[in-house]
Amino acid sequence: MTGMVPTAGFGLPVRVAPRPNRAVHALEQGRARLSVAMAAFGMAFVGISLGLVNATVLRQSAEPDIAQAAPARTLQASRADIVDRNGVVLATSLVTQSLYADPKLVINPVEAAEKLTAALTDLDYGDVLQKLKADKRFVWIKRNLSPRESYIVNRLGIPGVAFQREERRVYPQGSLAAHVVGFTGVDNNGLMGIEQSFDKELRGSTEAVNLSLDVRLQHIMRRELKGAVEEFSAIGGAGMIFDIRTGEILSMVSLPDFDPHDPVGLDENTRFNRNTLGVYEMGSTFKIFNSALAFETGRITPTSHFDASRPIQVGRYTISDYHGKNRVLSVAEVFQYSSNIGSVRMVLEAGVPAQRALLTKLGLTSKPTLEIPEVGAPMVPNPWREINAMTISFGHGLSVSPLQVVTATAAVVNGGIMRHPTILKRNEAEPMSGERVVSPATSMLMRKMMRLVVTEGTAGGAKAEGYVVGGKTGTAEKITGRGYNAKARMSSFVGAFPINDPRYVILVILDEPKGIARTGGYATGGAAAAPLGGRVIRQVAPLLGLTPVDENRPDIRQALDITAPPPRSSLLASH
Amino acid sequence: MITLSRTDQSVFGRWWWTVDRWTLAAVALLMGFGVVLVQAASPAVAERIGLDNFHFVQRHVLTLLPALAIMVGVSLMEPRGIRRTALIVFLAALALVALTPLVGFEIKGARRWIHVPGISIQPSEFVKPAFAVVAAWLFTLQKTTDHIPGGAISIALYLLVVMLLMLQPDLGMTFVISAVWFGQFFLAGLPIVLVAALVAMGALGLMGAYLMFPHVTSRVDRFLDPAAGDNYQVNRSLEAFQNGGLFGTGPGQGTVKMSLPDAHADFIFSVAGEEFGLIWCLVLVALFAFVVLRGFSRAMRDENLFVMLAVAGLLMQFGLQAIINMGSSLHLIPTKGMTLPFISYGGSSMLALGFGMGMLLALTRKRFGAGDAP
Repeated sequence: MTGMVPTAGFGLPVRVAPRPNRAVHALEQGRARLSVAMAAFGMAFVGISLGLVNATVLRQSAEPDIAQAAPARTLQASRADIVDRNGVVLATSLVTQSLYADPKLVINPVEAAEKLTAALTDLDYGDVLQKLKADKRFVWIKRNLSPRESYIVNRLGIPGVAFQREERRVYPQGSLAAHVVGFTGVDNNGLMGIEQSFDKELRGSTEAVNLSLDVRLQHIMRRELKGAVEEFSAIGGAGMIFDIRTGEILSMVSLPDFDPHDPVGLDENTRFNRNTLGVYEMGSTFKIFNSALAFETGRITPTSHFDASRPIQVGRYTISDYHGKNRVLSVAEVFQYSSNIGSVRMVLEAGVPAQRALLTKLGLTSKPTLEIPEVGAPMVPNPWREINAMTISFGHGLSVSPLQVVTATAAVVNGGIMRHPTILKRNEAEPMSGERVVSPATSMLMRKMMRLVVTEGTAGGAKAEGYVVGGKTGTAEKITGRGYNAKARMSSFVGAFPINDPRYVILVILDEPKGIARTGGYATGGAAAAPLGGRVIRQVAPLLGLTPVDENRPDIRQALDITAPPPRSSLLASH
Repeated sequence: MITLSRTDQSVFGRWWWTVDRWTLAAVALLMGFGVVLVQAASPAVAERIGLDNFHFVQRHVLTLLPALAIMVGVSLMEPRGIRRTALIVFLAALALVALTPLVGFEIKGARRWIHVPGISIQPSEFVKPAFAVVAAWLFTLQKTTDHIPGGAISIALYLLVVMLLMLQPDLGMTFVISAVWFGQFFLAGLPIVLVAALVAMGALGLMGAYLMFPHVTSRVDRFLDPAAGDNYQVNRSLEAFQNGGLFGTGPGQGTVKMSLPDAHADFIFSVAGEEFGLIWCLVLVALFAFVVLRGFSRAMRDENLFVMLAVAGLLMQFGLQAIINMGSSLHLIPTKGMTLPFISYGGSSMLALGFGMGMLLALTRKRFGAGDAP
């Protein structure tokens, strides 16, 4: 207290008396209130400290200090399997690890590339190094590592390199049923076959799709068909085995086929399913339907005869016979010798509308239904004139898929009931549906006729001792450009066995087979396709549970004999 | 350390023996912490926005030196010089604040910065400490003279400052200046009825801000109901503290700085929590508390009303800023972007803090014949 304050800061004279009191009072009050402020700040700092303790060591947040062990990721893939009728896996999904890198996080690209290429020997060092040095945040190093590979790479502990869980579609049977099963794209979406048509059902499901195929039959069919395609230098082939009672397709092979693991860059021909998508003029096998048509009229019997002594002239076309007999033939002979002239005479007798009606009932004029997307529609003549009827009688002028031929043949031989084909395994408890398309009598006659073709006719090669095969061959010239090409043929055999009580229909087709020395230069249905059919039947029949029988047993011979003796031929009565 | 004789009568010698060396030491320690923490936090931020890794570290150290110089320089002054300097700085800074809406540039939706060749400064930072001293002076005049209406002038200046700040707008600054001014008014003997009235007005002001400014609304809502919205920054901050635990992850080992945009400024305390742990954070809090509480206790013992009010104002400002920053990081209060004094990166803020702390040190120096009125 120096008492030196007569003037204020601005040097103005002021009254002295009240001032010190006021100032002292203010100072006292200020001190008292300052202690309040001090306490408030002190408490705030204590609050901060408590908050700190809470945040650092006491707080139990939503996230625990120690991460909970994540449940092991399920190995269950997200796409269901496809299996054959016996549960053999045709398509399955494997969970795999794919290796990628974030080049920004890779500390030493050279060292990392050395380690990676040492561990994954199929990788190229320079390639990997370039990837790891790239100015990107994501590069794939390798897709779909095996568990062992991912284990080894994981142990390397390279910073910036990590795994991505992926799923890979695997087809353990390879190309065996490639056309039926189909394949998936990079995003595991189905792009063909069952994979495509059952895409929704397969996704996120664990329940396998059960096909009617039997890999054993499929394997036999594929091996034999491939052998024949190679032997006759054919450009392709098709084969099917069909269960007459259930409509199930037990085997379906189309050649050439492909590896469903690597469908990229496939040409149309390879992916093309000849059994379902391809429609062809089937040639003489169509005489099965033409004969059935004749019997359905009630006016024609196996012993009725037709003049096949000379070719038929229609406009600028001449219809002649390949195995010409140049005489009057019975209906049985027309079938047996595959007479075009006789067939034309028969359809003219039966009538055009009747032919069209029967073929429609047999499903040959409309697109069939099957559980895969690759189903082709037949090429039906419009209008359906007499000339069309005449050519259709021997299998030209109406293009149908092999699937349609098999289905229709089964209906003709099974007593006359049309069964819808399916590629899925049928539930046995489910009642079978079907419409009658021909009479039991017609069916019976057709079996006898088809047996005759194997025992006495063009399909002798299809004989499979003990399994009583009946069938019909076909050799159709393919249309190339504007006309038929005698050198480009479709050779086929359609058969049923055992024909006395038909259980299975088989169809084999060779596309453009070339004649070879062993067959005397022939590559017809009889020379090429029928023996192929026989080989397949001999191998699959035991697997199908068929017991071989003595084909000369009297009851069998009796059942398959064309009873009424033919007028001009001893051939049919004897043997 | 230079040894100075007790009888040294040079300016520096007298300064050394009269200045509050404990506070000086605490501030120096805070600055040291600041350098370490900015080094820890800012490279990640710099890299994220595409700057050189040590961009912020270099600038931080480069502003620290002038700040230190300003602090020491200002602390050499006598209270009378402080008063005048504060008045000049206040008027100059206020003029610049008034100019910013016209010549300033916009960052994140507010015009607070102006370019001076070489650096950009935020003039409102300098208004803060200068106004605290000027207001203290005016309140003292109110109590010691009859012919100068200090209180009225103070109120008028306060309203002017608030108006100019709201033009930018700068709510955080307005809040701190209001709180400090009100605190000083309270200490200067504001009748208790008016205290209550002003508290009510302050509450109304905050409510008004809540209702008028969408970003304030959203921040308060998110504070009150953490589940309601995006609490990304606060959640990351709390994670950082938890991650740090008692001893921290170690310098440079933290990860929160990778994801918080203001890890080197508003959320530097989170980086401290993560990398240095509870113990060092408590040391940090203790340093702030030491400076504030020691300053208060010295102010309390002072015989000069102006010194007491000015020191209290400067300390409240310093303490409030620290508390708001740390409280935001710890989710004890709604998030408010505010730097942690002497720790956070920030040029203008650092220089202004040096200025404010210099004034504080000057005013708390031992004076003989300390009762002199203004």
